[in-house]
Amino acid sequence: MASLYHSRKRRNAIAMGLCVGATGIGLAWLFVILSTLLWNGAGGINLAVFTQMTPPPNVHGGGLLNAIVGSLIMTTIGIAIGAPIGLFAGTYMAEYGRYEKLTTVTRFINDILLSAPSIIIGLFIYGAVVVPMHGFSGIAGALALAVIVIPVVVRTTENMLLLVPQQLREAATGLGLPRSVVVQKVAYKAAKTGLITGLLLAVARISGETAPLLFTALSNQFWSIDLTREIANLPVTINNFINNPDPNWKRLAWAGALIITFAVLALNIAARAIGSRSATK
Amino acid sequence: MNAPTVNGGGSVAIQPPADTAARAVKVDIRKVDFFYGANKALKDISLPLHENEVTAFIGPSGCGKSTLLRVLNRMYDLYPNQRAEGEVLLDGENILSAKQDANLLRSKVGMVFQKPTPFPMTIFENIAFGIRLYDKPSKSELEGRVEDALRGAALWNEVKDKLHTSGLGLSGGQQQRLCIARTVAIQPEVILFDEPCSALDPISTAKVEELIDELSAKYTIAIVTHNMQQAARVSQYTAFMYLGELIEYGPTNKLFTTPSDKKTQDYITGRFG
Repeated sequence: MASLYHSRKRRNAIAMGLCVGATGIGLAWLFVILSTLLWNGAGGINLAVFTQMTPPPNVHGGGLLNAIVGSLIMTTIGIAIGAPIGLFAGTYMAEYGRYEKLTTVTRFINDILLSAPSIIIGLFIYGAVVVPMHGFSGIAGALALAVIVIPVVVRTTENMLLLVPQQLREAATGLGLPRSVVVQKVAYKAAKTGLITGLLLAVARISGETAPLLFTALSNQFWSIDLTREIANLPVTINNFINNPDPNWKRLAWAGALIITFAVLALNIAARAIGSRSATK
Repeated sequence: MNAPTVNGGGSVAIQPPADTAARAVKVDIRKVDFFYGANKALKDISLPLHENEVTAFIGPSGCGKSTLLRVLNRMYDLYPNQRAEGEVLLDGENILSAKQDANLLRSKVGMVFQKPTPFPMTIFENIAFGIRLYDKPSKSELEGRVEDALRGAALWNEVKDKLHTSGLGLSGGQQQRLCIARTVAIQPEVILFDEPCSALDPISTAKVEELIDELSAKYTIAIVTHNMQQAARVSQYTAFMYLGELIEYGPTNKLFTTPSDKKTQDYITGRFG
């Protein structure tokens, strides 16, 4: 009896130690990445980064304004196209077609799409949009991002709606509410925090994507918001600048990486804040 | 609303149904079979629900009493592979026919569930939500109807100062009465209670039982319960079900004092179940 108790206590201590250790290692990497970014990027941040265009090689100064704006435009359009499609598909899967074969098939394909390397998606849009349009374009970049957004939003939407207790749906149905009202007013409301988190996750996912933009939007050294032409963006700019010996370009690349990271971090914190506020209300 | 009196768990004594013959049949269940896929869960059930009376359904777990309740508002429609056969007449109209609009039916046949299920919105919205679906009342009229519903569910005095806080912040018993208020607010004709007190403490249970008794003045009520004392306290008629069959149905006082079937007697005396 006593020995059994002691051996159980010992095993508990070992398991606990392993868990704490694993958490520590995970956090340590995060800390190393963030501090490397801060160490290399913070020095490069100044007002010019946000107000001037990307410079030619081997000069001083310049900024990332065109890349920041290009990224914002393409991310916004990508989300605007991908999020509604993902939301509707996820809603179908969880609410309307939960027991249908189509849902099982869609979920399987969606999972493949979710784990598809983003360079494949870039190549697909290259073949489907860039080649027929005879040139790289902002719209092609936005479409590539949208294709990445869809599976992320489908997945989170379905999962979050499946977490809504079935009793709540039955209660709403029992009042005589039609399915559409049950979904909009009860299920979405109960899953709101999760749905917003999913959307922000998608934003975070595409704001750092480089490969799909390399084949679609390419990049642009100058100011351009013409969606039918090459458009500058942060990830490709970082990719181009970091591989160059020019120290000014290297500085801007680190600054760009820092900007993306902190933008995503800020989004996540905002999502948490919205989530916790609606939870306590 | 009176304060609930708690004497031995409830304040409603066993009452013989008053003028049995005078009460009209509100819901007539005729030869109903129910299937979960190939599994037959209800076998040839026939019984009436009398207007403005409480009919209790008792029986061991899995006997089909909740299933029967879910037939009465076609809740099973939500799930594939579930189907009912036979007829259920509500005021003479067969509600199981394909012509019956299920949502319209549910606005006439309300349901209160085992676990309280307030919607994730304010107390006021929980009730106004259903009203707005059928009516477009003015603001003051809406407020009046919400208040009436909350008074009708004996909840008004407890929540009148916090109508615009979340319904999820109420206690379990209050949440259940909020759900009753929500059901009453859309002015149904029949209310189905599916073990409404099994998640509640004795004091909340007494309040809900008293409420059911009061509601029976205006509505026809069916209640599924595991608690035989509760069935005896709140109902005028009781149906005992076992393995998907209706074993015995009759006035509550008769069924509990002189059951005609051996199985009923064994169940109410606690020999099985």
